[in-house]
Amino acid sequence: MTQINIDDIKHIAIGASLLGAGGGGNPYVGTLMAISAVREKGPVQLIEPTDVPEDALVISASMVGAPAVSLEKFPNGNEYDKAFPLLEETYGQKAYATYPIEAGGINSMIPIMVAARRGLPLVDVDGMGRAFPELQMTTFAIAGHPVTPIVITDERGNNALVNTIDANWAEKIIRTITVKMGATSSVAGDAVHGKDLVANGVTGIISLSKQIGELIDSASDFETVDAALTQLLQITKGYKLFTGKITDINHTTKDGFNFGEVTIEGFGTFEQSFGSVSFQNENIIFKVNDQVLATAPDLITLVDVDTLIPVTNEELRYGKRVNVLGLPANSKWRTEVGIATVGPRYFGYDIDYVPLEQLVEKYSKMGE
Amino acid sequence: MTYQIGIDVGGTNTDAVILDERRKVIAATKQHTTKDIQTGISNALHEVLNQSGVNPDYITDVMLGTTQATNAIVERKSLAKVGVIRLGYPATASIVPFTEWPSDMVSLLSGTYQLVHGGYEFDGNNISPIDYNEIRKVLKGWKGKVDSIAVVGVFSSLNPDQEESVKKLATEILGDVPISISSKIGSLGLIARENATILNASLYKVINKVAIGFDKALQDEGIKKCNKYLTQNDGTLMTLDYAKLYPILTIGSGPTNSIRGAAYLAKIRESLVLDIGGTTSDIGVLINGFPRESSLAVNVGGIQTNFRMPDILSVGLGGGSVVRQLSNGEVTVGPDSVGYNITQEALVFGGQTTTATDIAVAMGVAKVGDSKKVDGLDRTFVKKAFKKISEILEDAIDKMKTSAEKVDLVLVGGGAIIAPDYLKGVSHIFKNEQGGVANAIGATIAQIGGQYEKIYQYAQYKREEALRDTQKLAKKQAIQAGADPESVRLVDIEEMPLAYAPGETTKVKAKVVGDFMKK
Repeated sequence: MTQINIDDIKHIAIGASLLGAGGGGNPYVGTLMAISAVREKGPVQLIEPTDVPEDALVISASMVGAPAVSLEKFPNGNEYDKAFPLLEETYGQKAYATYPIEAGGINSMIPIMVAARRGLPLVDVDGMGRAFPELQMTTFAIAGHPVTPIVITDERGNNALVNTIDANWAEKIIRTITVKMGATSSVAGDAVHGKDLVANGVTGIISLSKQIGELIDSASDFETVDAALTQLLQITKGYKLFTGKITDINHTTKDGFNFGEVTIEGFGTFEQSFGSVSFQNENIIFKVNDQVLATAPDLITLVDVDTLIPVTNEELRYGKRVNVLGLPANSKWRTEVGIATVGPRYFGYDIDYVPLEQLVEKYSKMGE
Repeated sequence: MTYQIGIDVGGTNTDAVILDERRKVIAATKQHTTKDIQTGISNALHEVLNQSGVNPDYITDVMLGTTQATNAIVERKSLAKVGVIRLGYPATASIVPFTEWPSDMVSLLSGTYQLVHGGYEFDGNNISPIDYNEIRKVLKGWKGKVDSIAVVGVFSSLNPDQEESVKKLATEILGDVPISISSKIGSLGLIARENATILNASLYKVINKVAIGFDKALQDEGIKKCNKYLTQNDGTLMTLDYAKLYPILTIGSGPTNSIRGAAYLAKIRESLVLDIGGTTSDIGVLINGFPRESSLAVNVGGIQTNFRMPDILSVGLGGGSVVRQLSNGEVTVGPDSVGYNITQEALVFGGQTTTATDIAVAMGVAKVGDSKKVDGLDRTFVKKAFKKISEILEDAIDKMKTSAEKVDLVLVGGGAIIAPDYLKGVSHIFKNEQGGVANAIGATIAQIGGQYEKIYQYAQYKREEALRDTQKLAKKQAIQAGADPESVRLVDIEEMPLAYAPGETTKVKAKVVGDFMKK
């Protein structure tokens, strides 16, 4: 068991941004919410999934809606003090702990606030190991856990207990209520039991985020940035896929989703090569000279070449120099159902999923 | 013939120029910036009037770009106690005002705040109805305890009505206590806008002192009936009266003035501006005559704000940058510099340190000091160092460009002599002899601006109407700041769709400028 203090929150936010694979939005407001709660209530206990009794109930806390709106209208903080008891009542069981459903942006921070306010421990686990845009895109859901019941609330005290026949309906109904609540809402859901955490969750994600954040924060203390990057790749089991400068960004918003493509002109050992990242909120496909080097569910993430600070898709701009990193997805995504749920074909690309490690090996052999 | 005076206060120098009706520079000076700022302004003013012999009665306008507001925040001096009213309850209670501020600032400003009912949703509906009795009670309780008030409403950039009515109420209850409202100060992003509004409210004593000092300096020089303006960080002017309401907008006006002055001298509206000083080089981007704004949050004295600032990239290369050869043969230039000691320490001035200026002289691109003093330098070393200078500049230029196409570059600053005649990615380099006082010229040629940002749902509000509406609001802002309504024109309009929001929700931002109203 470890404690999460103010500095840890800042580090977790940076690390989660990296694992957000371009998505998840700006963690600024979320970070301040978590810091405020911890300043008031004291540090949060971080526990291992194996510390949770088999039958204990663990509830996830998150926000749904437009990140740009939550920069202006953010929660009261007590939303979850209403949502948790309602969900607990449904299960007939008190929550033993809380956990984040994804890594990246505000949703890596909300559970820290909730843990501090409600005096619950935080479990070192999530349901993605990264960020994804839709409710059914969790390792719990693909293992057969229903996405509902979900309690959705707003700051006024309005709330709804939502039970749906499947995840798609949950997605539709939750989105509609969210719009009426002011384009953002607070939800408690993805309730699972202790035994499910290890079996179906992505374990160790908060401590990994923290480790990544600490490393990036101290990148300037290394002899060279490359030395820091090497260590970053070690702890994430990742690869540096490309280094270059952003030369074009093609951005559109369609049905509330942020679509686009980024062109990166290589430099250094990548001179004369062009990289391209296709994203739909999160980065989905990365190609070098039209050859696929990584696809979702593996993580494609951009970091600043000088500082290693993750670059989210809202911060993309011409001239920015980035390393493109590829991180292998959790093995729970690398299954038939995982790939069907979040693989390249789900996002509309005519590409078969091949694990990152194989694509990298194939590519490096071509160069020989 | 009538004349205008521009004054720009920088960290090291206070510059002043006099321009005639045809905007020709007829006098220019560089004086040391004094600790009290005021003396430096008086000295510069006195000097240009003396140089030109212009009759003070023919001075019609005086523009001042000053760092006093920035200094007050950084040095924590003369700041007022601020009471913050945030309209938004029950939303936003999870982060209260002053969160993560430096503790010395919180105690200086008293850290007083109250979160009250009110505020808007993104679509213009109320979060909760505003309760005037609640606000009245808060304000009465603050009587005599705070010096000024900051009013911040959720989504007030969508609709400033609630903020305006709280302002009215506060004036009724507290009398002539200065009141800052957030919709006039920042853009979307509650915390950063609130921070900027609180800082604005804390600066009213400082700006009053600036105004009194400015008036006195003009009186002392016999300038009695001119229009007085302060320059804003977006390259536009505001009347002294308007500046008293929005002192925070004077922060960061220096680089903007410099960029605009440089472009004016080169007579272009689209270019990069490279200002090479003694220790650093600053690069800005001029679009349609105005500097490109930074997309990053701006940190002022340890506090995150989101008001508009020019997008400037600084790199550690200047005329005084120290040049070294490493044991592996590699040559480095900067980031350390001999700074203002260059006239003693550089080789060409008889010193012992090899500087970027020495390299430029050895390469024959600059003619200063005694070129014989660099004859002994190894040619390979000189060429490597000069290549390094080019690389640092080309790299910085490349980072600031918005497309792969070549751009024009305006070169100014005391260290500009070290720049090569050719730079990769640049089509033409403009230089000007008056480049040294570009900032004061920039202050003089500034116009009155207005800016407005609002969120629309195109599903309900036609796009064309939304664009017109934003422009209208920006124009209103410009007229309020002192612009001649006839002359107001659109500089920039920007649409930004919001992800995950319904009904084609789009943020529209318009920026206009106009000439100032003649008295």
